[in-house]
Amino acid sequence: MNNIRKNRLKDQAFKIWGIFCTLLGLVLLAVFIGNILIDGIMRIDWAFVMNLPSRHAEESGIYTALMGSIWVLLLTTLIALPVGIAAAIYLEEYSKKNKLATILEVNISNLAGVPSIIYGLLGLEVFVRIMEMGASVLAGSFTLALLILPIVIVSTREALKAVPKSIRDASFAMGASKWQTVYHQLLPASFGGILTGVILALSRAVGETAPLIVIGALAYVPFAPSSPMDEFSVLPIQIFNWITRPQHGFVENAAAAIIILLLITFVMNGIAVYFRNKWQKKFK
Amino acid sequence: MRKIKELVIERGLLFSALITIAVTVGIILVLSIEAFSFFSEVSIIDFLTDPEWTPLFTNKHFGILSLLSGTLLTSFIAIAFAVPVGLSISIYLSEYAPKSFRRTIKPLLELLAAVPTVVYGFFALMVVTPFLQTFIPGLSSFNSLSAGLVMGIMIIPYISSLSEDALHAVPNSLREAAYGMGSTRLQNSFKVMVPAASSGIIVSIILAISRAIGETMIVAIAAGQQPRLTFDPTVPVETITAYIVQVSLGDVQHDSLEYKTIFAAGITLFVFTFLLNTISYRIRKKFQEKYE
Repeated sequence: MNNIRKNRLKDQAFKIWGIFCTLLGLVLLAVFIGNILIDGIMRIDWAFVMNLPSRHAEESGIYTALMGSIWVLLLTTLIALPVGIAAAIYLEEYSKKNKLATILEVNISNLAGVPSIIYGLLGLEVFVRIMEMGASVLAGSFTLALLILPIVIVSTREALKAVPKSIRDASFAMGASKWQTVYHQLLPASFGGILTGVILALSRAVGETAPLIVIGALAYVPFAPSSPMDEFSVLPIQIFNWITRPQHGFVENAAAAIIILLLITFVMNGIAVYFRNKWQKKFK
Repeated sequence: MRKIKELVIERGLLFSALITIAVTVGIILVLSIEAFSFFSEVSIIDFLTDPEWTPLFTNKHFGILSLLSGTLLTSFIAIAFAVPVGLSISIYLSEYAPKSFRRTIKPLLELLAAVPTVVYGFFALMVVTPFLQTFIPGLSSFNSLSAGLVMGIMIIPYISSLSEDALHAVPNSLREAAYGMGSTRLQNSFKVMVPAASSGIIVSIILAISRAIGETMIVAIAAGQQPRLTFDPTVPVETITAYIVQVSLGDVQHDSLEYKTIFAAGITLFVFTFLLNTISYRIRKKFQEKYE
């Protein structure tokens, strides 16, 4: 009898420990966001968003970094989206179960685990130096596009996998070719899933700092980029730069810029979750 | 005509898939070519045994060990924090928590992994370090302890999510059998579920280690820039990744020896993460066969 009670007690204890652990991470995140809000919210105004960077903390703004982030995000999407979706379609719908398919699969899973800073070294050598793009928006976008390519491929494959086989059979039975089936049936049917994956991948790209530092993106850029070949900075690099400065005013700036970066990331994640839920219902 | 169009499209799709191979080949080529030319100037024995790393000083030493020890130290702290917490979360969510709780909490936990790492760096430097300093007086303002702990928070969802998936995939019959024998949820979890899902759990831990080793911004901001061969968590250290950032921020001439050091450091990092990823892929493949 005594033993049973002891076991029940241990069971209860673990339950409480489990709840504690689950909430620990979230509470820490909440504490942190609270802290950042206290530090930075008063600093955010229209001037902070529209001002160019400056040596004086109070006059500094995030305009060039924000524009740089938007430029990089757009170009990264343009590069990674077609390649990633095409590769996923090949792997899921065309490829036969042969050696090449295995190699591609192992390779993509490996690429997903390569540290982002290694992509920076690749971009530095290939895009910045060999292709002579310099530390431009284009070089940064190519680097980030390669970085998110595995994520786009994996999530697109998942989305295609979720489309019931009956839809493929029906399309073939109507005399559609393989590509017609893919283009007119599978892509529209898996659109929500693909979109979710792409948005999540882009939210990862918008927060990336290390690879862009490695390819030579600058902390101080006097003007917003106006073409893909211009030099650029992005929000995370601007934040990093402000964090490493000793004067207190810059800490405030960093906190304020973090609020804006987190807002962008969380909104993107929220949209992705929304699409995922909406899309999952469709097939259930 | 239609056949030609279909063929062209198929080739185009195949080409896109092959780009991923080109990326891997590119990474390996770039790293090894630059590292090769680095090792033609610095002996590989010195690289692996010299206890000092001072390529940016006049008295140059190129011992990767002091960077490696920084990387391993911060990763170890992160893993030591994240594994028990992450595993407890996964067991709680899969075996104890009501379904609705699980469904709301999982995306929230995954938000922890979505926060940009530069933001975590700020957290470690501005919040965690001052907090720890209140009861560890000797703690330097750059240290591996707070960088490691914050990195641990970041990788909790990697462990909890993947382990929970693995626990969830265990056939219900095992669970029912354990309860039928009169075991408590705790006994069921640790004596039946965790062993049954062990390969999935191991994969999640390996991926978390690989993530911690390659993590850059948190350690670059909070752990310092002083390479040293130490396992003391209270002093500044420098990781491989932080060194690459440090050099990239400076004005280093292309083709100089300093420039090549970041590729030598990079290939060391790549080898470690590549090994870990390959092991985890192997285990995952084996695990999939087991239940499918």
